[in-house]
Amino acid sequence: MSSLLIKQGRIVDPVSRRDEVASLLIEDGVIVDVDSSRTDADRVIDATGKIVVPGLIDMRVSLREPGHKEDETIFSGTAAALAGGFTTIACMPDTDPPVDNRAAAEFVILQAERARHCRVVPIGAITKQLKGEELAEIGQLVEGGAAAFCDAKRPLANSEVMRRAFEYSKMMDRPLFHSPQVLELIAGGMMHEGYYSTLLGIPAMPSAAETIMIHRDITLAEMTGGRIHLMGMTTRQGVEQIRQARSRGVSVTADVTPHHLFFTDESMKSFDSKYKVFPPFRTESDIDALLAGLQDGTIDVICSDHQPFAEEKVICELDQTPFGVVGLETVLPACIIRLIQTGVLDWLALIEKLTINPAKILGIEAGTLTEGAIADITIIDAEREVTINPDQFLSKGKRTPFAGMKLSGKVQTVLVGGEVRYEAV
Amino acid sequence: MPQFHDYFNDGPVKWTSKHLLGLEYLTAEEITLLLDQAVEFKRLAANGNSKLNLLKGVVVGNLFFEPSTRTRTSFGLAAKRLSADTVDFSPSGSSLSKGESFLDTARNLEAMGVTLMVVRHKTPGAPDFLSQRIEAGVLNAGDGTHEHPTQGLLDLMTMREQFGQMQGRTVALVGDIRHSRVARSNIWGLKKLGAHVIVCGPATLIPPEIEKLGVEVSHDLDDIIPRIDCINLLRIQFERQRGAFFPSIDEYAHLFGMNGQRLEQARKNIVILAPGPINRGVELTPDVADGEHSVILEQVSNGLAVRMASLYLLYRRQLELRGEQ
Repeated sequence: MSSLLIKQGRIVDPVSRRDEVASLLIEDGVIVDVDSSRTDADRVIDATGKIVVPGLIDMRVSLREPGHKEDETIFSGTAAALAGGFTTIACMPDTDPPVDNRAAAEFVILQAERARHCRVVPIGAITKQLKGEELAEIGQLVEGGAAAFCDAKRPLANSEVMRRAFEYSKMMDRPLFHSPQVLELIAGGMMHEGYYSTLLGIPAMPSAAETIMIHRDITLAEMTGGRIHLMGMTTRQGVEQIRQARSRGVSVTADVTPHHLFFTDESMKSFDSKYKVFPPFRTESDIDALLAGLQDGTIDVICSDHQPFAEEKVICELDQTPFGVVGLETVLPACIIRLIQTGVLDWLALIEKLTINPAKILGIEAGTLTEGAIADITIIDAEREVTINPDQFLSKGKRTPFAGMKLSGKVQTVLVGGEVRYEAV
Repeated sequence: MPQFHDYFNDGPVKWTSKHLLGLEYLTAEEITLLLDQAVEFKRLAANGNSKLNLLKGVVVGNLFFEPSTRTRTSFGLAAKRLSADTVDFSPSGSSLSKGESFLDTARNLEAMGVTLMVVRHKTPGAPDFLSQRIEAGVLNAGDGTHEHPTQGLLDLMTMREQFGQMQGRTVALVGDIRHSRVARSNIWGLKKLGAHVIVCGPATLIPPEIEKLGVEVSHDLDDIIPRIDCINLLRIQFERQRGAFFPSIDEYAHLFGMNGQRLEQARKNIVILAPGPINRGVELTPDVADGEHSVILEQVSNGLAVRMASLYLLYRRQLELRGEQ
């Protein structure tokens, strides 16, 4: 039997509503004492002055393997996840071929086990080939380990297919993840439609494209009793719709990325593709609404929406480069600066959105530091100032709007199943 | 080399731009300086001095990633008038079809000695992108629906010839404002020179929040016609439109086309511009296009002078940055 003691850290555990200094004792990969008085163990990690939280969970990561290993592999992506403090990530099915069958899901899990970094939970496709036409083999995907269903960032335009997907996935009590946009309204768009798109002459996507589709998704979820998780909230109106639906008892959850809390459409004035994200950066007023939504719980989850791309796909004209930025290694310092230091969220609320809330949505047993829990643990030096240098990322993707910015907080140590898998140098 | 007024050395202000990416980035003084230099080149040409050896030995690259006839010809001729060598590049039959990237193409031309790059591209911001990654001076010859600075400048030069100065004048930009880089460059230039700008077109072709640029928005040409000094009829960009922005050409011409009837409601000395190539019978009828108020061909001649001035000023700035005279 091996023991590990995390000594005198500030324990932040949303499940037990605990925020206090204590020592955690781990034996054989399981937390056995959450307030240990022991001073010695096989291994002791001094966490004095550090914050000890359940291993973070990122619900939305693209790993690109199989198909585009030049962008990211399961090995490199999970290494980046550990460096970002994540012990579990859920990965998008938009690989090539896509995760629309059981074997594809099992391949992801197998590769993740080989990498021995963090846990990986595959998200299966809603439709075959992500085409939005025929349902994928959702039942067999569940058996292969898929926790939820999603056509990645492709909005599912056909409401009939969406309705059947709700009904079908409900049988397995699995949520649908959806990127809510009306395709006709965003065709060709590269940024938010407003003053800056007018100024720059860049084809744009109106907020209404998101609002309309959120309304459809909520309506279908309400009608079928299915579960909808709305990915990447960006608009004030969207947050309000979710709030109202929630109060009616609709099973709807939502997430936001840290970068959407920092940047607006004005950033595109630089024509720099590191601001080309989908859905697009919107306005200050929208950011205020997202922050309010985080505060009152309307937005349940913060996730990276990690979108790695090889350099040659990044250094080109704005319309030639795909949407998306990497995020695994910046979520935490971005959240500390934007949410903790400003008082928008306290530590319990932030960690809730990075651990137990995504765990609940994915239906996985993780995200707490209570006795008997698997010892997936992240230790954070929250005060440490960090300047974001993409060259130091473990991810193969280097494009981030945070490049060069001074943020706060460094992941110190990460344990997966009681085993130290990452230690900051 | 004939005597000429060199505004780079003897202008009222200093020309400090290394690139010409858009009129948004120039001050009123810089625009005026460039226009004055263009007027000077035009005067020289009128006096028989059409060939100047100011850019002898300089290699100007014309990178046209989007089809263009007049802008390309105009830039090419402007470079030759200044005795520069030119390298023409267009995607068809080039290495672009073999998958070479935009940036690699530009870097290759740079390695061949191109120090001024004229770039036409379908993507907004493509010249900005290039300017941050190569040493050569970049001249935007139209980037998507963003800007077309030399067209804006030649429009300003043409208007200035008619009015002396733009302060207090009212200029209407009519047509497809949404998809028009010419409109954006015109708005920046005209506002900086003190003109009042009205954008007029179908509501589907006026982009959101454009009034924040300090322009008046109208959807009624007949309403504004009597109070404008100048009208710039933008081309309907069939190739840029995603879908149906207006019901028919006929309806467009009916509501927003310039014709003899509307001309009667206008001020006696109204000046009519069109950046071209014009669709006769759509934006304007032939009688108006060829009539006494039209300065369309003057625009073309001024385009040459403006492009000579642009190349010249950027070249001089480059020498200065390199510490040469």
